[in-house]
Amino acid sequence: MEINVPGGNMSRFRNPQPAVFILIGLIALVFASLGTLIYTIEPDEVGVIQCFGKYTRTTQPGLHFKLPFGIETVKHIKVTHVFKEEFGFRTLGPGIRTTYMRDDAAPRGKTSQSALLDPESLMLTGDLNVAEVEWIVQYRVKDPVLYAFKVRNVRETLRNMSEAIMRLVVGDHTINEVLTVGRDAISQMVHQKLQEVLDGYQTGILITNVVLQDVTPPDPVKPSFNEVNEAKQEMEKTINQAWEEYNRVIPKAHGQAEQVIRGAEGYALDRVNRAHGDAENFLKVWEAYKDSKEITRTRLYLETMKQLWPQIKGKYVIDQDVKGVLPFLNLADQKQEGGSQS
Amino acid sequence: MKSIMNLAGFLAFFLALLVFNSAFVVDETKQVVITQFGQTVGQPIKEAGLHFKIPFIQKANYFEKRILEWNGYPNEVPTKDKKFIWLDTTARWKIVDPLLFLQSMGTESHAQSRLDDIIDGMTRDLITSQNINDIVRNTNRIMNVAKEEEDVTGEDQIEQIAVGRDKITRAILEKAKAIVSEYGIELVDVRIKRLNYIARVQQKVFERMISERKRAAEKLRSEGQGINAEVEGQKERELKRIQSEAYRKSQEIKGQADGEAVRIYAEAYSKDPEFYNFQKTLELYPETLKNSAFVISTDAEYLRYLKGKNESLENAS
Repeated sequence: MEINVPGGNMSRFRNPQPAVFILIGLIALVFASLGTLIYTIEPDEVGVIQCFGKYTRTTQPGLHFKLPFGIETVKHIKVTHVFKEEFGFRTLGPGIRTTYMRDDAAPRGKTSQSALLDPESLMLTGDLNVAEVEWIVQYRVKDPVLYAFKVRNVRETLRNMSEAIMRLVVGDHTINEVLTVGRDAISQMVHQKLQEVLDGYQTGILITNVVLQDVTPPDPVKPSFNEVNEAKQEMEKTINQAWEEYNRVIPKAHGQAEQVIRGAEGYALDRVNRAHGDAENFLKVWEAYKDSKEITRTRLYLETMKQLWPQIKGKYVIDQDVKGVLPFLNLADQKQEGGSQS
Repeated sequence: MKSIMNLAGFLAFFLALLVFNSAFVVDETKQVVITQFGQTVGQPIKEAGLHFKIPFIQKANYFEKRILEWNGYPNEVPTKDKKFIWLDTTARWKIVDPLLFLQSMGTESHAQSRLDDIIDGMTRDLITSQNINDIVRNTNRIMNVAKEEEDVTGEDQIEQIAVGRDKITRAILEKAKAIVSEYGIELVDVRIKRLNYIARVQQKVFERMISERKRAAEKLRSEGQGINAEVEGQKERELKRIQSEAYRKSQEIKGQADGEAVRIYAEAYSKDPEFYNFQKTLELYPETLKNSAFVISTDAEYLRYLKGKNESLENAS
């Protein structure tokens, strides 16, 4: 109330006001401080609290109090969110992807020439070939305190190291492994090594996933890689054709062989049976003949003659006492006729 | 009374000014060196929190305490085996002795350019003394070579490496580390970020890759044709085998039967060979002699009766 002492009418005029001002001031102060006193941590983040710059505590999601006016500050750090970094391509929007050929991460004015020579995805394989490897790294913050205080520009560190380690690992594989069978092993190895390096830096980051995306030979070489695949198909085809021919011929030949053998067996049966038959026939005839040889012989002879004589064309009967009739016989004519008939 | 009030107000203001100028906040990410008229005072402050200095006279110089990035310029570097490669290195460093750092470097950007010189130089030195294999590869891991490429890559067979990339970068790190420690800097890591052939070499490499692929493709094709011919031959062989075996077996069976027949005939006919001869000959006459001309003497048995009914008796006697 000493303030009221100086001044006569002036003080009387202003008398009630200072108290009001002070009151208003205090209220304003309280409201203002509320803004810096209360803070909210969202469900996917934690709050890292610093008092005069020094880390004091980490707070979980919810409504919290801290000392106002910048005495305590809060850093919001997303800990459950999974971040993704893309290498060799960029997703421009859902479903839209572009192959990355421009090095915009190059610091401090790298020349565009080098940028063109140096795309993110192009790398050397262990057999000194070139492969284009696109991959993604997914990560989240596992230690918000380390993440906040230990490394400047954690994201760039992650990108740089991811590139370095991918190339280190790919450098230990042949192009063929990189393109085909080695993909899983490579991404696992990168995952493990990248985590080791980032832990070494105390980035507070947990790599959740390293996934190889498109892994291809460089564009100018692609057609010849396809040619190898085509040749592989062609080879299979040629071999199949050969076997097809084989299968067409061999089973048939087996059947035919069987046929020949069965035929021979048939012949054998025929031959033996006929032999038996003939033999039997002969024996039976002989049995009969044995008892009356002379008459049977005569009969057989005459029967044969009866059969033979009509078929003989020229019959010249010459008395046994007549000699020298032969020269008159036209043998040549007979022979010719006989020859033409045979 | 009023003057006292004014004085008190002025004093309060002055006091506040002093406090604000004397107190300073050090963040967890920062460290501070106090200087007084350009001279450093005391030990650097590495502990985060509220600190005090003499107002106006002393100045707080802030430095990063975190690990900092460094990225090199991509360099065209020849290797020991005369291959030109583009090399892009990246490094991580931090200020461990801000006092020394302030004295020797002053600012971070100055330090960056100094690091450029040192790391680029070291990298160049160490890379040029290594073969490309050692730079690209890290270990002597046994690499899988696809079957169809065994011959293709066979010539430039994958050599054993002596050093490996990790060891090279470790060597760069050690050497550069020793130098920059004078500046109060600790080099945390040096790595080869990107490594590629230079453009004109890359073109050659692509050509080589293409020719290798073509060789592999050609090999596959000819292998296919080879197997085709092999199968064809196998088919021929199998065919001949089957046919000849069938022939052999059939001949065997037939022969056996023929033999059997011979035996049977012989057994039967040997009872009376003369009768067989007679019978068989008679059988054959009509077949073999038909249509032929005969000049027959009357003394033939068949005709003996032509001369007289008793002729035969005379002849027979």
